[in-house]
Amino acid sequence: MNGSFRLSDIKPGQKARIISLESPLSERLSELGFIDGAVVECALRSPLGDPTAFLAGGALIALRREDICDISVEVVQ
Amino acid sequence: MRYIRGGGAVKPAFEKRNENDLIIALAGNPNVGKCTVFNGLTGLRQHTGNWPGKTVSSAQGYFRGEKRGYILVDIPGTYSLTPHSAEEEVARDFLCSDIPDAVVCVCDATNLRRNLPLVLQIKKITGRIVLCINLLDEAKKKGIDINLRALSRELGVPVVGCVARSGKGLRLISGAIESVMQKKENKAPPQETDPSSLFAEADRIISRCVSGSSSAYTVKEKTLDRILTGKLFGFPIMLLGLMLIFWLTIEGANIPSDFLASAFASFEAPIYKFLASLRLPQAVCEAAVFGIWRVLSKVIAVMLPPMAVFFPLFTLLEDLGYLPRIAFNLDRAFKCCGACGKQGLTMCMGFGCNAVGATGCRIIDSPRERLIAMLTNSFVPCNGQFPAIISLSAIFFVGAGVGFLSSVASAAALTLAVLFGILSTFAASKLLSMTLLRGIPSSFTLELPPYRAPQVGRVIIRSILDRTLFVLGRAVSVAAPAGLIIWLLSNITVGELSLLSHFSEFLDPFARLMGLDGTILAAFILGFPANEIVLPLVIMAYTSNGALGALSGASDLFSILSANGWTSATAICFIIFSLMHWPCSTTLMTIKKETQSIKWTAAAFLLPTVFGILTCAAVNFILRLIMH
Repeated sequence: MNGSFRLSDIKPGQKARIISLESPLSERLSELGFIDGAVVECALRSPLGDPTAFLAGGALIALRREDICDISVEVVQ
Repeated sequence: MRYIRGGGAVKPAFEKRNENDLIIALAGNPNVGKCTVFNGLTGLRQHTGNWPGKTVSSAQGYFRGEKRGYILVDIPGTYSLTPHSAEEEVARDFLCSDIPDAVVCVCDATNLRRNLPLVLQIKKITGRIVLCINLLDEAKKKGIDINLRALSRELGVPVVGCVARSGKGLRLISGAIESVMQKKENKAPPQETDPSSLFAEADRIISRCVSGSSSAYTVKEKTLDRILTGKLFGFPIMLLGLMLIFWLTIEGANIPSDFLASAFASFEAPIYKFLASLRLPQAVCEAAVFGIWRVLSKVIAVMLPPMAVFFPLFTLLEDLGYLPRIAFNLDRAFKCCGACGKQGLTMCMGFGCNAVGATGCRIIDSPRERLIAMLTNSFVPCNGQFPAIISLSAIFFVGAGVGFLSSVASAAALTLAVLFGILSTFAASKLLSMTLLRGIPSSFTLELPPYRAPQVGRVIIRSILDRTLFVLGRAVSVAAPAGLIIWLLSNITVGELSLLSHFSEFLDPFARLMGLDGTILAAFILGFPANEIVLPLVIMAYTSNGALGALSGASDLFSILSANGWTSATAICFIIFSLMHWPCSTTLMTIKKETQSIKWTAAAFLLPTVFGILTCAAVNFILRLIMH
């Protein structure tokens, strides 16, 4: 385990496995492929710094920082 | 575990042409080409309507199979049957109700894993479901191979593969519908679902039916996205793209506009003669030709060509998949103003037509943010306002010339004005979210779909048809009556002056505070039905014409305006007020229809107006100080 990382800490190019979904958006996010144990890849960051786009379940989903800072993940090489 | 409640009261009207027609719900995730399937099946036999009581639009169309006809109802795209917005609630309620006889669910072949959970959920409600796997060509390009027969076996439902863009496979859908109609219908109430188990089941099915690369997001696409949303090129590309679209719109519309104007003008004498031959009084003939016909032709000649260029371009960008990237780039700025990135898109639609922008606000889920977008939509100029902004900036600032450089300068001047409009959109949105529309920014999830080659031919034809019908309809319903009123006001005299002149004199003191004059303000007010006629009205009043005439050239325009006291300050204030004044009547009516509220329609009227008056007064004051 690499300590407690949040999904909002993940930078473009990094991959992470979702440990627990405690975001207020968890219902919506799980429908989009952000489920426990899923590996997501951070693909893009907006030029203004937010939102960030993640590859989850084969689709590219953009999420705002405040909606993902409660999701704990572990970094995957 | 979540619980889905279903069976809400959803009863829009469905008109069956024949007794045994079936009602088919067209479902699917967003961005799977559902719309293309819909258009491919129904062609021109479709219309868009609202779900009663909700501002959620649905398209309804009709297509025939071998045995009978089908009413196809396009329901909003949704990721699952658990509703997170009004749109998704409508989709869920409709599917769970007993209205549809069967469901056709469209899936994206390049991303079955994400699409299957919805299919599995729908399957639990009804056995009469047909799967339509679209975008097979895109999947093939990515090396994804789907065994449709195996998929059908695994799911126990008919599966039709298609490439909706080219129409391939669509004719098999009616046969598949007939085969599921054989099944006994057993509408089960919606059940609890758990995404993890749905995805697990989807994975299981896919492992048996899909082979090949499972990466829907290629390296090429990633590189393209890195550039388009990158710190270095993201915004410059958007800016240049905007300028390019404006340039294409201006250039593409020039010749057709002139052509239409002269074509309409050539009809004036014959129409007059015809009316006169009916022994109608002279005043009636004049009102008909110089009032109604002139304004009608002006509105069509000015509005139709640019819209016929702008909206196809916009739709192409949409088909391409670039628009969500724009929302992605702009989201933070909008979030700081209490709104959301999708407002960037509705704003872009507003460049073409503010009324279309207002309708487009439906893509925004949160009602509060949707209102903000609607109320601020008229802060950006629409196609109808481009000519005035361009000609004024040309003769007062840029220098009127011909050739490539001058058309680029026109596009640049327009872009500058638009940037000012965009800044005021941010300011107004911020103001709204601090006062009338207070609230926290809603949660935001935006899917960035894969880039797809747009279907150029169909897009252009459909877009031009839609726009032409819209402009013509508006010309008849709005411009014609306006033309009559304007003619009456300019030709009925009380004392020495026409009613219009009296009106202008009345407004003059107030207008002067804003850096304008009474005639200009009167023209704006009379231009309420259609922004295209504001500058022509000003010219008409200055030349005491009694009717709108043709603009005979830039130097003429300059001499007329300066002879009436115009300075560059006046031009600036004109452009500012042009950007910030009440929405046109069509837009206002659209807002009323969308919000179903007089209060918000009034707010939509007042917000840009107050902004405009204050800004003009301030700018006028500052310019006066500088110039003295």
